[in-house]
Amino acid sequence: MIFTVLIPLILACFIPLLSKIKEKIHTGVFVFFIPFIIFLYFIQFVGNDFSPVRQTFRWIPSLGINLDFYLDGLSLLFALLISGIGALVVLYSIYYLNKTERLGHFYVYLLMFMAAMLGVVLSDNVFVLYTFWELTSISSFLLIGYWHFNERSRYGALKSMLITIFGGLSMFGGFVLLTVVTDTTSIQAMIEQKDVILNSTYLPLILGFILLGAFTKSAQFPFHIWLPDAMEAPTPVSAYLHSATMVKAGLFLVARFSPVFSTYEWFFIIVSLVGIVTLCWGSYMAVRQTDLKAILAFSTISQLGMIMAMLGFGTEIAVFAAVFHILNHATFKGSLFMVAGIVDHETGTRDIRKLGGLITFLPITGTLALFGTFSMAGIPLPFLNGFYSKELFFESSLDLAGASTFADLLAQAIPYLAVFGSIFTFVYSLYFLFGTFAGKADLAKLPKKPHEAPFGMLVSPIILVLGVILIGLFPNVVNGTFLAHAAEAIKGVSIEKHITFWHGFNYTPLQMTLIVVGLGLVLVLTRKKWAGAYHILPGKLSLNRLYNAILDKLDDWTKDVTQSYMTGSLRLYVAIIIGATLVVTAIVMLVTGGFNIQFNDLADVTAIEVSVVVIMVIAALGTIVAKNNVSAILILGVVGYGVAILFVLYRAPDLALTQLVIETVTVVLFLLCFYHMPKLRKRNESAGTKTINLIISIGFGALLTLVGISAHSSKWFDSIADYFIETSKPLGGGHNIVNVILVDMRGFDTLFEITVLGLAALAIYSLIKLKKGAK
Amino acid sequence: MEIIILILAGILFATAIYNLLQKQLLRIIIGTALLSHGAHLFILTMGKLKRGQPPIIMEGISDYVDPLPQALILTSIVISFGVTSLLLVLAYRTANENNSDDMAQLRGDEHE
Repeated sequence: MIFTVLIPLILACFIPLLSKIKEKIHTGVFVFFIPFIIFLYFIQFVGNDFSPVRQTFRWIPSLGINLDFYLDGLSLLFALLISGIGALVVLYSIYYLNKTERLGHFYVYLLMFMAAMLGVVLSDNVFVLYTFWELTSISSFLLIGYWHFNERSRYGALKSMLITIFGGLSMFGGFVLLTVVTDTTSIQAMIEQKDVILNSTYLPLILGFILLGAFTKSAQFPFHIWLPDAMEAPTPVSAYLHSATMVKAGLFLVARFSPVFSTYEWFFIIVSLVGIVTLCWGSYMAVRQTDLKAILAFSTISQLGMIMAMLGFGTEIAVFAAVFHILNHATFKGSLFMVAGIVDHETGTRDIRKLGGLITFLPITGTLALFGTFSMAGIPLPFLNGFYSKELFFESSLDLAGASTFADLLAQAIPYLAVFGSIFTFVYSLYFLFGTFAGKADLAKLPKKPHEAPFGMLVSPIILVLGVILIGLFPNVVNGTFLAHAAEAIKGVSIEKHITFWHGFNYTPLQMTLIVVGLGLVLVLTRKKWAGAYHILPGKLSLNRLYNAILDKLDDWTKDVTQSYMTGSLRLYVAIIIGATLVVTAIVMLVTGGFNIQFNDLADVTAIEVSVVVIMVIAALGTIVAKNNVSAILILGVVGYGVAILFVLYRAPDLALTQLVIETVTVVLFLLCFYHMPKLRKRNESAGTKTINLIISIGFGALLTLVGISAHSSKWFDSIADYFIETSKPLGGGHNIVNVILVDMRGFDTLFEITVLGLAALAIYSLIKLKKGAK
Repeated sequence: MEIIILILAGILFATAIYNLLQKQLLRIIIGTALLSHGAHLFILTMGKLKRGQPPIIMEGISDYVDPLPQALILTSIVISFGVTSLLLVLAYRTANENNSDDMAQLRGDEHE
């Protein structure tokens, strides 16, 4: 099973080589065989006596992350859709994409996507699933931005990327929580431990995170906004990713985890509510669109909402209807996207206002569109598969009950919302069909003179429409062999629903269908009269506006925040650093009770020391008030010599010596530099800045004094001085203990201090010698 | 006496920070010099003051002051001297190249 995931990835590496010979043979011809063979491999599993298959390959065993593959009915359904429609889409793209396009890029992305998608549906390990999930986001990003010279393509690609990766990351959070709670990374093992998960305190978080991932990927309300913009991708991509496979990854995720959550009431509430709202909103918005692909995009959103709602219902019939509709939607929506692509390809426009009357020019395409749209609308004819699943949807919506008041209210409202959404589904389906193919053709508006598409382009939609008709005529063929296993994977029990076309007039779903058709026809005929409704809703409440505003505002806010403190002024940075150190240290000392001031164990105070200290204090303050350079430097020298005297008083002869010499050299250096530097100008600082500087510096000095006193007052252990004093002579062979420490006991310090001096000397030399532009 | 020295160190720190927050390059370097003086006194005081003779071994003396802080300070003095001299030359070059020693003027353009 693993090879089905790896083969597309490995072969994708060879596509660039193949595309070099694309002048002779279209690269897609080679690519076609990959999904086709995978499809043939998976089709052998179809049958009544299917049982799940498991395979494991070690990847990162120490983290419990292994390439666990698990093929059950649900995975099989998706794997067949991915490989089957993948093959058809590649076939279609051979005729759709010109040889002058960058075909190598296209097929590499497409194969990458195919492998990722197969990985998503086959993985049993949550982290492997997440890996493939993000790979689908990335490859989808690349495919949407395929015509990257197009500004709209880049916008659409970025939008889909931001939204789906946002969802993907939150899903990852959910997976991590699940792993922590159940102590396993295998989905099947998690399903076995569903009681542990349901009793966990993290349950709402887990559910919320995972559903966020599913809703963003499957374009559920309010995250659906990326899908219409993803229509900037080439049409084969739209047909494949954004109708049949990737957008169903969210449905797959919900279906995969519904054995765990289905008994939790919030699962029913959230999933059903979001699904049904998406159904209504998507179908309502689809009627407003003027671009053929935008109509189909909103239609996809709405159909996905319907499937999502059914997964939320969680009853046996609903689950069965959901998997049935996943299959049906893939067939008719795939074909409709291809039809839209053909219309675009043959007339040069996708704008429905310019199109019309194409049935005389494109008879085959028109017929295909007829089957596709009627199936999508759920028109009760015995050869349309969309009708069956729509009827099952109505049936499942009638038989709902919730435990709490709110859930019960929702359960009561769902049939009405379902009918409402379906009416608009009917409207946009007919709008799509008649707007494009019926009426009178206005050839002047069309960029190209329309004529029927080449046969190769028609093969894929014909096969899909044949699927629509065959499933419609013999709905029970896919039943036990296929759908029952998929439903079993979701629900746990084998559901084999016998699908019949005719239930009699007293059958409520049929009456609902008739209401849909009746009201839908009225709305279709009066469409121009009520089109004004779109000015009221959504009107200005568009979610796209919100998305754009959030992005713009985020840009502005982050810019403002950065500019507010990253001013380029070194003074401000120093003030922030010192101020932050001050505050943090003070808080830590206060909170931990670190301040500890005692006055025992002190050396005696003598007059001479005090007078030195006083002179130093005056000198230190003098550096601040000094008006000119020379006095400031000389006063600094006073401080330095004061330190040297203190070293003498505190019995540190080597220090005193060094300090004296170095202070002298430093003062000389200061004076040398001063000679070349501009004069100290009069400071014209505001009183506010002065106060802040004063507060920070006094605070910092006071704090360090307190810290020093506290440290001095609490000696935890004796100094190691005794060791140095005792061993200086016997081990170091010297009388001067400080010097023995410097060159013998801690010689490394000295070595690197010499290095520092050497480096400083080199740096100074180069600073002086090397000038800009000089050789 | 330790308390007094620590207060002195605190005052050195305070004046150092105040100088650091000024605009003129020279004052900033004066600030760093004051900062290192304060730090040296700080380290010295941590080893206790005047608890014995200078750390040079002589017959008949058993009490010496702690030699370790002195060794540390000696290292530190040399390093801060190196850094100060580098800073001074850097300031000299900066002021010469830009004809200004004002930190408010010595900043990149808007987009840096």
